[in-house]
Amino acid sequence: MSDISFVRTEMLPQQAPPATSVGVIGWMRANLFSGWLNSVLSVVSGAFILYVVWFLLSWTLSPTWAAASLNECREILAGHEGACWGVIRDRWVQLLFGFYPSELYWRPILTFVLLFVALAPVLFSEKVPAKLIYFSAAFPFIMPWMLWGGTIWGPLTAAAGFVIGYVVFKAVDRAVGSLAGIIAGVAASLVWWLLLAGPVSGTLGDVLNIGLTPVESRYFGGMMLSITIGVVAIACSLPIGIVLALGRRSDLLIVKSLCVGFIEFIRGVPLITLLFVASTLLNIFMPPGTNFDIIMRVIIMATLFASAYMAEVIRGGLAALPKGQYEGADSLGLDYWQSQRLVIMPQALKISIPGIVSTFIGLFKDTTLVSVIGLLDPLGLSNAIRADAAWNGVVWELYGFIAFLFFVFCFSMSRYSMYLERKLRTDHH
Amino acid sequence: MKKSVFLGALTVAGLAAGVAAAGTLEDVKARGKLRCGVTTGLVGFAAPDANGHWDGFDVGMCRAVAAAVLGDGEAVEFVPTTGKTRFTALASGEVDLLARNTTWTYSRDVDLKFEFVGTNYYDGQGFMVPKALGVSSAKELDGATVCIQTGTTTELNLADFFRANNISYEPVPIETNAEAQQQFLAGACDVYTTDASGLAATRATFENPGDFVVLPEIISKEPLAPLVRHGDSEWADVARWTLNALIAAEEYGITSANIDELAKGTNNPEINRVLGTEGNLGEMLGLSADWAYKAIKVNGNYGELFEKTIGSNTPIGLSRGLNAQWTDGGLLYSPPFR
Repeated sequence: MSDISFVRTEMLPQQAPPATSVGVIGWMRANLFSGWLNSVLSVVSGAFILYVVWFLLSWTLSPTWAAASLNECREILAGHEGACWGVIRDRWVQLLFGFYPSELYWRPILTFVLLFVALAPVLFSEKVPAKLIYFSAAFPFIMPWMLWGGTIWGPLTAAAGFVIGYVVFKAVDRAVGSLAGIIAGVAASLVWWLLLAGPVSGTLGDVLNIGLTPVESRYFGGMMLSITIGVVAIACSLPIGIVLALGRRSDLLIVKSLCVGFIEFIRGVPLITLLFVASTLLNIFMPPGTNFDIIMRVIIMATLFASAYMAEVIRGGLAALPKGQYEGADSLGLDYWQSQRLVIMPQALKISIPGIVSTFIGLFKDTTLVSVIGLLDPLGLSNAIRADAAWNGVVWELYGFIAFLFFVFCFSMSRYSMYLERKLRTDHH
Repeated sequence: MKKSVFLGALTVAGLAAGVAAAGTLEDVKARGKLRCGVTTGLVGFAAPDANGHWDGFDVGMCRAVAAAVLGDGEAVEFVPTTGKTRFTALASGEVDLLARNTTWTYSRDVDLKFEFVGTNYYDGQGFMVPKALGVSSAKELDGATVCIQTGTTTELNLADFFRANNISYEPVPIETNAEAQQQFLAGACDVYTTDASGLAATRATFENPGDFVVLPEIISKEPLAPLVRHGDSEWADVARWTLNALIAAEEYGITSANIDELAKGTNNPEINRVLGTEGNLGEMLGLSADWAYKAIKVNGNYGELFEKTIGSNTPIGLSRGLNAQWTDGGLLYSPPFR
């Protein structure tokens, strides 16, 4: 009887996994057909998706691009269901630019491109030269000049107000103190803007008339109007919101009650009410003959509205910071503004990113509400386009196109915020 | 304007106070443009084309007034207004003239302090039903579901009509005309009711207009009229007599085709007075002698404007009906030019 024992001396070669557990089949077995209930659900929902996609495709792919009226579309389709894309071919430029003079389209387009140049140092700070931030600072003055035209002295004198305010602040700050400096600086700027800027820019304009063809607000419309209102309100609401959030957490009684009052009042009122105030009530209160630009009024209202929400979002971020962060900043000997700037805000804003971007997206979509006060944003224009006898009755194509435009913008904002969150993630999980 | 872009937030309203409230006529002349309030879009009455050029029946009124005052039918800034903003826009001076298919009612005239300058379109509320319903009179609509725009006078007229005839209905509230078309076509309601001109325009857009009928009953009076602010009679006169000039021109046979011929002088003293070759009517109004000539020249007379924008050869296909000259059994009746 021999002692037979078996000890394998070499490893067996690895075998490929069974074909049913890898690749497409494996994935489907694991995710779609892992039990009889799941299999049934998969088949049913798959059929449903196919049906919807098939319907949408056959509706979308319709040869009506060249049609000049709804009736022509119907002739082309000859009884089949299908979209009438002729209306988009006929009116897409109008949906983008409203009534802006067509020979000046380069101005909004260039402004739009420059907007991204100006945003680059803010959005992608590590990928662009740091010097570009100067252009970002100048952009708020370039943008209205490009869009509305007029002499170049208007924006220049407006910018000079900030310089004057800063110079006065520095001088008084050194002589008397920082609070007096701030008050004097703001007062100097206000005096300049309210009393001197107009005459000065007028005189300069008479002496040296450099400028672009003026375009009045009533010619603004379509996507361009939405973007103008949205971008300005977004850009202004973030800083105002930060100030309001800090004010609400402040120990100074008056500052605190002012901020709380403002935030609660604005949040307690629907945006559409504010828009009606902007379009009708202000008209009645102001003396006859006052021409206070309607788009400007709407932008101000939208900004105030968004800043109140922004303030609460940022306050949420501030509240989420552990108390130790505040105490740590204090223990380093930082004063209030230094600790906010170097320790508190970078963390609080990072926490608030999803909320901030949500507010931005909400604000951008809210700009369509201006159609109820007679401004021709894309939705208002869709109504005006349907009032053309050739296109009366077209609904889905117009709304679909507008929805697509808005989706592009809102989706990009959303993706950017996710990128930013990944970039700023400092935990090491 | 450019300043307000930057300083709007800071500009105290009072700064601009003290602008002398001169007459609207002087304001318009000084500005060189007429600001005319129109709808944000209503088929046949006012709509921008693909190039942003406004066109339509109400728009024609704006252009005629602009031509009478400024000599140029293109010298108009169109201010789109909604049903909610139109009256404030006029009251606050944002527009000089409101030509926005607005019904002339007692309270708007007296209480809201406006001055209607004469009816440019006599409308009335009607009903549209699918032919398959087999209804030939609105009085047979007992128990019907009715698509109705909320917050309008049509809603109240509807309730009155059904109560007066002692029949019942079920309202389906909708917000806009576009929504109404979709709901009605989808069969959400048996009946769609709005102004007869609107019904005609809506029916014209249907794929099979023949499947729907507009019932004969007209249950309300909707005199659509251009209006101006109270208390500026000179300006109201300009608007009123521009409209009258268009109506009178049709009555006297002045058309855009023969107006140049007639303006050289005719044997008819009334035509001569309208066209300014005789008398000083233009001077009385504070305008040039040929103001009416220019106003008629832009769109032709009332009948030509009607046919071009909403008449039977357009997709809307409205017949003149009440809007015919009094000589043809309609209600159009211009006071004499004397």
